[in-house]
Amino acid sequence: MVERRALGAALSNGRVLFGLAVLLLLVIVALAAPLLAPHDPLEQDLLSSFEPPFWRSGADANFLLGTDSLGRDILSRLIYGARIALTVALVAASLAALLGTMLGLLAGYFGGWLDAVISRLVDVWMSFPPVLLSVVLAAVVGAGLKAVILAIIVVDWTRFCRIVRAEVLVQREQDYVAAAVTIGLSRLRVLACEILPNLAPTLTVLLTLEMGIAVIVEAILSFVGLSVASDAPTWGGLIQEGRLYINQAWWMMALPMFCVIVTVLGFNALGDGLREALDPVLRR
Amino acid sequence: MSLAYLIKRLLMAIPTLFGVAIVVFVLLRVVPGDPIAMMIPPGARAEDIEHLRALYGLDKPILVQFGHWLVDMIGGNFGTSISLRQSVLGLVASRLPATLELSLTAILLATSLGIALGIAATYWRGRWPETLVDLVAGLAMAIPDFLWGLLFILGLGVLLPILPISGRLDPRLETDFTTNFYLIESILRGEFAITLSILTHLVLPAVALALPLTAAVTRILKSALKEAMSQDYILMARAKGFSKARIIWREAFRNALVPTVTLSGVQLTFLVGGTVLIERIFSYPGIGNMAIGAVIDRDLPLIQGLVLTFAVLFIALNLVIDMTYVLLNPRVRHG
Repeated sequence: MVERRALGAALSNGRVLFGLAVLLLLVIVALAAPLLAPHDPLEQDLLSSFEPPFWRSGADANFLLGTDSLGRDILSRLIYGARIALTVALVAASLAALLGTMLGLLAGYFGGWLDAVISRLVDVWMSFPPVLLSVVLAAVVGAGLKAVILAIIVVDWTRFCRIVRAEVLVQREQDYVAAAVTIGLSRLRVLACEILPNLAPTLTVLLTLEMGIAVIVEAILSFVGLSVASDAPTWGGLIQEGRLYINQAWWMMALPMFCVIVTVLGFNALGDGLREALDPVLRR
Repeated sequence: MSLAYLIKRLLMAIPTLFGVAIVVFVLLRVVPGDPIAMMIPPGARAEDIEHLRALYGLDKPILVQFGHWLVDMIGGNFGTSISLRQSVLGLVASRLPATLELSLTAILLATSLGIALGIAATYWRGRWPETLVDLVAGLAMAIPDFLWGLLFILGLGVLLPILPISGRLDPRLETDFTTNFYLIESILRGEFAITLSILTHLVLPAVALALPLTAAVTRILKSALKEAMSQDYILMARAKGFSKARIIWREAFRNALVPTVTLSGVQLTFLVGGTVLIERIFSYPGIGNMAIGAVIDRDLPLIQGLVLTFAVLFIALNLVIDMTYVLLNPRVRHG
């Protein structure tokens, strides 16, 4: 079985394992946040603001990673931040993939004016700096988690569209497609049941990488203050707050950055590892 | 390069620009529902709103509004910034040089470093320098410029404070510049103390911006060199007894350059787009920083002018990348 061999190759790839481990940890932390977090992430205690983390002198054992300007527990905020990061990664990346793949399939398979319109749209989209486009979008739609997800979908569908279109152009010329057309399958059926499954490895890789990008975009939008409400614990929001107090308490920025970097490295390793693992098996 | 190709390529940019104009118009004028609502302070009176609506022509049909708007944009009339009360065109023109100096420094840094690393990895293939280059390129690629910027601020600005982390030059050295190209002007004037201050302010943001492109150039050049090194003409050069360094530099490099330019083009546009956040993080006074400020202030005319400026910059950049590709590739050049 090709699938089983592909799975074996993927699981024996070090990068895939690292990526999966990070992803699993993220899922566990996000799901079990109420159990893991020692405090309510929104609970303020102005008497114990700016508590240092455990490795500095004068640390309070009650607050393992210290507290922020309002005396909120940083560890708890980081743990709850994982929930928002994971939600954005899953929802936004999947929806961007859905939109981009659909348009890419249509453009690549049907060609003609449809392809011309969609390709031109991609060209126009690529003429904007992605960050600026998502910042403007988030501002127009209004801050909030929905706006962040919408901004990621609207900005990043082109990543999927371009690659899927190019891939369909190649697949369309293969014998199996000609065979499917000969036995009388409808064009949509050929597209959905014959061509799409062959794009699965490419799409898996792209989707994984997009999840990493979504985590970054969420952090960026919280950083510029356009993500969820400012007291909600997002990693980007924590980075932004840490940047304000960087000369007094550098760890306030370093800790959430560490979370973002590890998560992004995890998704990237998973994506790159899968690309490595899935390619040769399928070419054989 | 054939003139016909150049003209064709330039003409192809027109529909893209038109599309860009539509997107900006829809995004900023139609989506928010009421652009006036984005401009007015809370608690404005109803007649003030009506007055503004008539002033901006918002009481006319949408297509008429688009027509007027488009004519204004083409004429360079971007309106007046609401928060800064100056002409948008003037503001963009005064800030653009800072962004250009930053981007060009980063591009120069990324290409020279990327080429050096790609060649080094090929020269010492299978030995530790190659492993090191792979590791560095992998990290540089995986972590986005935004996080590199923050890491540099943390590491080299705060924990080990050796470089400045905000602004464009030491405020004590601020003089009357005739242009806004501070770096170039200070060199031409021979005021090297100022040049030095500008350069130290440029290092961190430029390196943060450059790292992802450096990684892309390194990786693509490396695999293109690997491909080129297996060709017959390399075997020929070896048989002639040329040194390894000469073979890589004189024979393989030229052929590897074509795919490198084509494939790293996208990353190059990402670099210019990256200025938006990097400038914000380092409080660098360019158009990217200004764009985020404009979004936070809900300064509609300014956002519009800056988004259009970036779009034109991107389209121009893609044109340049295409031209370079044609210049480098003899098959396309003579075809």
